[in-house]
Amino acid sequence: MDRRRNFLPLAGFLVCLLAFVSYFVLFYRFPVTRDVPWANWLLFALGLGLVVAGVRRPFRQPERYRGRWTGATLALLSLLVAGFFAFVTMVGSRQLPASAGAPKVGQKAPELRAAGPERPAGAALRPPRRYCRRGRWGRRDRRGRRGGARLLGRPHLLSRLLVTVL
Amino acid sequence: MAVSVDPPQVTQKHLAKMGWTYTFLADPQDQAIRRYDLVDPEAGQGIARPAEFLIDPTGTVRWLDLTDDFRVRTRPETVLATFDRLAAGGGTGGGR
Repeated sequence: MDRRRNFLPLAGFLVCLLAFVSYFVLFYRFPVTRDVPWANWLLFALGLGLVVAGVRRPFRQPERYRGRWTGATLALLSLLVAGFFAFVTMVGSRQLPASAGAPKVGQKAPELRAAGPERPAGAALRPPRRYCRRGRWGRRDRRGRRGGARLLGRPHLLSRLLVTVL
Repeated sequence: MAVSVDPPQVTQKHLAKMGWTYTFLADPQDQAIRRYDLVDPEAGQGIARPAEFLIDPTGTVRWLDLTDDFRVRTRPETVLATFDRLAAGGGTGGGR
């Protein structure tokens, strides 16, 4: 009787890889899953569960499944991925300097002097040169003022809708 | 207000991407982070460790959070609660 392929270890290993990568690609963006990576540990638990089930199958049912060494290798790789994730999130991210010289509560904070002109972040974005007012397109001058006499084209439906809403 | 060691061009792109509009200062020469002793030598030259300070109008530090984990930052609700506590005359103290 032909023995079947055992895909569970490979599936578990891929889930473990997904658990590792998804933290930095997705879950790191949200504080609720960044501070404590519970979502990733759930994925690791699922992946390792699949790996364990997949490794046991060819040993318990050798007449039906093959892939003992492949399963064991993938299990080892999965454990390495999970261990590296644990190291990064529990040890590596805590390697911070003590900052003993940082100002304490009640002390005067070192003064900050801006070398350039004070400019709020929003001001760094220039207003668009082209604008639409009352259904007509115009162009702003270098100072951002509207140039009413310099019309650029016929108004279209979108600009009329905007004027209506405004 | 935020201070970053990134150059202004990088900061502006990041602000535009994130939609943030508060004052964001660039400190590419590490002058501010050195004065606050926030340089992280393990992370490479000129990289700051995460830190948050609440400074009152007299320049006195009223609250600070020197996180012990690079991934864990102060959440906005924590800062707002601290504001409320300080405004109500509550004691000062560290965040973490």
